[in-house]
Amino acid sequence: MDEALIGALIASTLRVATPLILCALAGLLAERSGVVDIGLEGKMLFAAFAAAAGGAAFGSTSIALLLACGVAVLLSWLHGFATVSHTGDQVVSGMAINIVAAGLTVVLGIAWFHQGGQTTPVGDAVRLRPLWPGAQAGLQALPGVGDFLGPALGEGLLGHNALVYVALALVGGVWWLMYRTRFGLRLRAVGENPHMVDAAGVSVLKLRYAALTLNGVLCGLAGAYLTLAQNAAFAPNMTAGRGYMALAALIFGNWRPVPALLACLLFGFLDAAAIRLQGVSLPGVGQVPVQAIQALPYLLTVILLAGFIGRTVAPKALGLPYVKAR
Amino acid sequence: MNLPRWADVLLLPLINLVIALLAAALVVALIGQKPLDVMTLLARGAFGTERGLSYTLYYTTSFIFTGLAVAVASHGGLFNIGAEGQATLGGLGTGLVALWLSQKLPAPILLPLMLLGGALFGMAWAAIPGYLQAYRGSHVVITTIMFNFLASTLLVYLLVNPLKAPGGMSVESVPFGPAAHLPGMNEALAWFGVAWPSSPLNISLFLAIVAAVGVWAFLWRSRAGYRLRAVGSSEGAAAYAGIHPKREVIIAMGISGALAGLVGMNEIAGVNGKLLLDFVGGAGFTGIAVAVMGRNHPVGIVLASLLFGALFQGGAEVSFEIPGFSRDMVVTLQGFIVLFSGAMAYVAAPWIARLFQWGARHTARGEVVKASGASNG
Repeated sequence: MDEALIGALIASTLRVATPLILCALAGLLAERSGVVDIGLEGKMLFAAFAAAAGGAAFGSTSIALLLACGVAVLLSWLHGFATVSHTGDQVVSGMAINIVAAGLTVVLGIAWFHQGGQTTPVGDAVRLRPLWPGAQAGLQALPGVGDFLGPALGEGLLGHNALVYVALALVGGVWWLMYRTRFGLRLRAVGENPHMVDAAGVSVLKLRYAALTLNGVLCGLAGAYLTLAQNAAFAPNMTAGRGYMALAALIFGNWRPVPALLACLLFGFLDAAAIRLQGVSLPGVGQVPVQAIQALPYLLTVILLAGFIGRTVAPKALGLPYVKAR
Repeated sequence: MNLPRWADVLLLPLINLVIALLAAALVVALIGQKPLDVMTLLARGAFGTERGLSYTLYYTTSFIFTGLAVAVASHGGLFNIGAEGQATLGGLGTGLVALWLSQKLPAPILLPLMLLGGALFGMAWAAIPGYLQAYRGSHVVITTIMFNFLASTLLVYLLVNPLKAPGGMSVESVPFGPAAHLPGMNEALAWFGVAWPSSPLNISLFLAIVAAVGVWAFLWRSRAGYRLRAVGSSEGAAAYAGIHPKREVIIAMGISGALAGLVGMNEIAGVNGKLLLDFVGGAGFTGIAVAVMGRNHPVGIVLASLLFGALFQGGAEVSFEIPGFSRDMVVTLQGFIVLFSGAMAYVAAPWIARLFQWGARHTARGEVVKASGASNG
């Protein structure tokens, strides 16, 4: 394999994986606190719309990011109000958020931008640019190792915008929060045995709302990535199942940050490879249909969940509303 | 603090529906349109003409199938998010039978076989997640979500490669022979001498009604249905009574998937006459809203399907009339209904109960005054 291909593969794997990583971490926080989050897809979609609309209207990256996170946090609180405060069904609430987001973003998009649900593209100044645009050319110029380092390191690893590195750093951040802080210990406890946490005098309600708030911020970043970095405008249903794929990655990673990251990278790599393998005949296998590779993340998750490879252990109190009197 | 039964069954759902409608009206007003005008246009578009009514009932048909599918799983204690994928597979089963036999068999034999093919494919696609939940411990919600994606990818693969019509540009199969055509409502009514405009509405509407009655009879008038509901309300108690919960999980999912698979009779056999992409068009997800609103009862589901059928048809008409209004408004309302009637179904309950208590105290005090007055006199 030549260096250019390696560089391009690494680069597109990271590009595809970034929103998955952010969403999977968001789901991890909610689900480890005991709240099922099927609404990742809807929150990311609405955040993508908010970032695109905000960016186009105000011409400011920070306002766009703020709006994206704000909208996603509000949806998270709505989920909390329905399921944590009023013990509604968590799956039904998540589905409701997904359906509302799919409809409302298009309705508002048509009303505000008159382009069949698309937003006007955000300006170049608002978009997230690569942090080190000169990295590839700079490394390429190095004598000897430049031919390899240029594409692989320069394009593959250093050619990205800030949000890609933020997402990677947040994996460590969430790990530290979950396993090295008092808050994280309580969060994990409330997802396993909320009665015990309550008996220890810590509010189950507050912990779950805190988890949902962080969840909203992360979903907001994932959505903003789609419209500020990957594309320049919002298009109807542009998340196209990424939220569900992040959920799959979260389960694949056994509700733990680092394995979830690896699952996201694997799914991102499969996506990057699927496009390049189209029409290519592999030695020994022949032509692999692109749909087979696209289906692989879902198929692998089903097989893993069924316990045929390894074993998944979900948080014990996942999906159960907490009623104090019991 | 319990509500009287009529309030729980009728009043509370009605209040939740009104809240959802108000939320949608607020959005309509927010984008600068008049909610009342939209409502009037929508109702006229859905019921005002014979053609409009036909389209409404055509949408209703698919929603009854998917709504019943979600409801049967729900009575077994399972949340089937996979009706979309099961309906896709059902259409595939219906279509494969038609592609295989439509030149060889006459319609009266072929059409039941197509129905069977659709039901069996849908059943299999739901029974696998059911089996995985019962025997392998994976959760049916996650598995059915994954199966939705697998179903759509499978359909794309088949239609791009082996089933693609040779020489055609679009991603679809060759048209079926005439024997595979399920009669439209206009043709059926013409047999009785009634003139009716041509529309996608076909006689699978009657199949949907039969399915609704069948689901009612199964759930509330058969031992098998009783077993299924017993597992749904308490797995432990059911097991103690000698019922096998694992088997019931698979049965509930199997029946659910078969019902969803019947969407193929409406869309593939009744309307399109060939296999194509995305013929389910979100009916599987609308089925969740329908089941939530219809409270998992066949009568409620038929009524809720009619409401959603009217919303989809009326919404399409409104989008022709009012620039800037899109059918996605109907999707939004659908989401609001799942939110307010489903996830937040009991948020309003304590308030209503308080109102009832206040009312009861009020009338009781009145009676006391009356009684004491009588003793004095």
